[in-house]
Amino acid sequence: MNEKTVNIVGAGLSGLSAAITLSRMGIHSRLVSSQPSERAQSVLAEGGINAALDTMGESDNPADHFSDTMKGGCFLESEAAVKELTENAPRVVTELFRLGTPFQNENGRLTLRNFGGQKKKRTAYAKSSTGKMIMTALIDEVRKYEAQGLVERFPHHDLVYIKTDEKTLQSIFVKDLYTGEFMSLGGCTILCTGGLNGFFEGMTTGTTQNTGNAAALAFGAGAELANLEFIQYHPTTVAISGKRMLISEAARGEGGKLFIMKNGKPWYFMEEKYELGSLMPRDVVSREMFFVKNASECTGDVFLDMTTIGGDVWSGKLSDLRKEIISYLKQDPKKEPIAVSPGIHFFMGGIRVNDRFETNIKGLFAAGEAACKFHGANRLGGNSMLGAVFGGETAARAASKSAEGSQVKPVPDYKDSVSSPQIRARLRDLLLGGLGIVRSGETMKAALADLEALYSAKGISKIDRLRVSVGIAAVESALAREESRGAHFRKDFPKTSEAFRRQTVARLENGRPVITFEKFGGEGALKDEVHS
Amino acid sequence: MKYILDILRREHGGESFCQRFEYETENESDTVATALTKLNEKDDLVSADGSPARRIEWECSCLQKKCGACAMVICGRPRLACGAVLSEFTGEITLEPLRKFPVVCDLVVDRSVLFENLKTLRLWLGGNAEFSEKYGELAFEASECIQCGCCLEICPNFCAGGKFFGMATVPITTRLLSQMTPKEYKEIARLYARHTFAGCGKSLACRDVCPKGIDTERLLVNANAMAIWKRK
Repeated sequence: MNEKTVNIVGAGLSGLSAAITLSRMGIHSRLVSSQPSERAQSVLAEGGINAALDTMGESDNPADHFSDTMKGGCFLESEAAVKELTENAPRVVTELFRLGTPFQNENGRLTLRNFGGQKKKRTAYAKSSTGKMIMTALIDEVRKYEAQGLVERFPHHDLVYIKTDEKTLQSIFVKDLYTGEFMSLGGCTILCTGGLNGFFEGMTTGTTQNTGNAAALAFGAGAELANLEFIQYHPTTVAISGKRMLISEAARGEGGKLFIMKNGKPWYFMEEKYELGSLMPRDVVSREMFFVKNASECTGDVFLDMTTIGGDVWSGKLSDLRKEIISYLKQDPKKEPIAVSPGIHFFMGGIRVNDRFETNIKGLFAAGEAACKFHGANRLGGNSMLGAVFGGETAARAASKSAEGSQVKPVPDYKDSVSSPQIRARLRDLLLGGLGIVRSGETMKAALADLEALYSAKGISKIDRLRVSVGIAAVESALAREESRGAHFRKDFPKTSEAFRRQTVARLENGRPVITFEKFGGEGALKDEVHS
Repeated sequence: MKYILDILRREHGGESFCQRFEYETENESDTVATALTKLNEKDDLVSADGSPARRIEWECSCLQKKCGACAMVICGRPRLACGAVLSEFTGEITLEPLRKFPVVCDLVVDRSVLFENLKTLRLWLGGNAEFSEKYGELAFEASECIQCGCCLEICPNFCAGGKFFGMATVPITTRLLSQMTPKEYKEIARLYARHTFAGCGKSLACRDVCPKGIDTERLLVNANAMAIWKRK
């Protein structure tokens, strides 16, 4: 094929956004995903998407969105990147509305709701199904470009190998899950493969398809990973069969409050301690929940009390959330408080990228949750979908400059490496032990020793060994960061240290993870480092 | 509690056969999806008669009725495995692939026709979406469709490759019609008349099986009004 082509792996929000951007530039893309977009994790996103549209009479502006994001992320993100994100947010959300996302609105003026860590109403929403609604609109838009031949879907294909030469991407190998055949896709590639959910199988709010294999393959190919220790535990999740189910932050945005029984009475601990009460950033809320749950004067579970939310809100803005809770928990949140506990929801860290969303491997880009970019030590609710859509768009523009003609070739002799459910379960258990809400050197060292043993286990497959390497890198990153910041809280180092306002970078050297702390934010630093 | 799962299996291109498995659990909320996941986690999966068995091929993703990946025929009815709680059933639980689509392997079917039909119907916006209070709730409900294929499985009029595209195309059509002007949706309306309106026998069986609880009749009524009767 002589026309310019970009491979996009992952067909969720960031992948679709990248495909649309390339199509509008007239550039062909191959959209690779193990299942169609309708099954992507992005459809699970609930509460909303942030933009300082200032439609609620609160004098909101992008500068306030910027400062809330920086503060929520504990200043561990690039100021320039967050500035670009927040300044573009009103345009991005307006565009999604224009594409048919049925956001709540009054005569075309978007209604915004409160969300965690933000004093102003800034979150555009479609009840509690915002991700699904945006995805539906973007899928329809991409369909237009599919019909024009600009987007070519590979909709039942798994990424299995990233081939590089001297830190330059040569091609990616994908497996057709229907036929079992392997093929090589040449050209530059954007990984839009989501976060590391698959490293915590069954214990996250994400999907089973989000395996984390792409990050492991990128790591194996020489890509750097960053900030792996920053794992977001969402405060309000519940266990359902096979996973954690999210109770959207929108429930607290609309008035829901957390309490625990203390000395026989409900104690609304967040409201007592913080100005924003239960709507503090997620890292703070989850940590407070951990502490009160373990306090001797408290008994039982932490509950989310949504009984004071008005009937009109339940019938309108939160009707889908109520339906879901009743369906899975057989409890009506309008009538009784729901027992909740923190669950893994988002990964602030991921594949390290520069200001152009390019990794240290030339021609390999990453965007969305797969990339470590906007969210620092803790992501604000409502910023993930924004980061995914804007990230996909920006990465696509950058990748378009590297795009050239490339071919799809069969690779009949490729030997696939298969992951074992037992190894995945062991890896999950060890990571949960080391990377909980509250961490210590002691528990992390214990996890690390067991991970090393798992790495050396007899008969472990290549992909599982790479996955364990990423797990080791995550725990080593957490161990090396001798401070507490955002989602990384250490009881042996409870204070934040300016010396650690650095990005934790993991890379493989001679097959082993090596951790360093490096500058971020001055885009030049990473850019120079990567391709000098 | 012990459950018996009778699974219709088929290897790539091979003959179909039924294989029985036993699944034991204390958890009352376990679903068919949980059972399949747990069975596949075993290194030495065996069928109920103790014979070694290969892993059961099936598709899943969200595990909470939001993505449509795990649609299959469960005890004769199309539904999502993640929404089928084992304790609902008495006796053997039969699992079969959706029959309206080509079988890839075991419970995995190739639902490409769903997406090809949406392209044939040219289902995308031409210009900017229009929003009105009248259609806001309708657009939301229509956007909830997960393209699982359950509605097509139950439909007496749909067959893959036929001229009638079935209910799976209606939610998107309805949303787009509600967000476009009659001038803009002229072509979509023409294709809707040909591939949906003309073939729908109005059995509305789709309404009874939609895992999202979408009121398919309401969507049809609105789509017909806008596309066929030119009322908007």
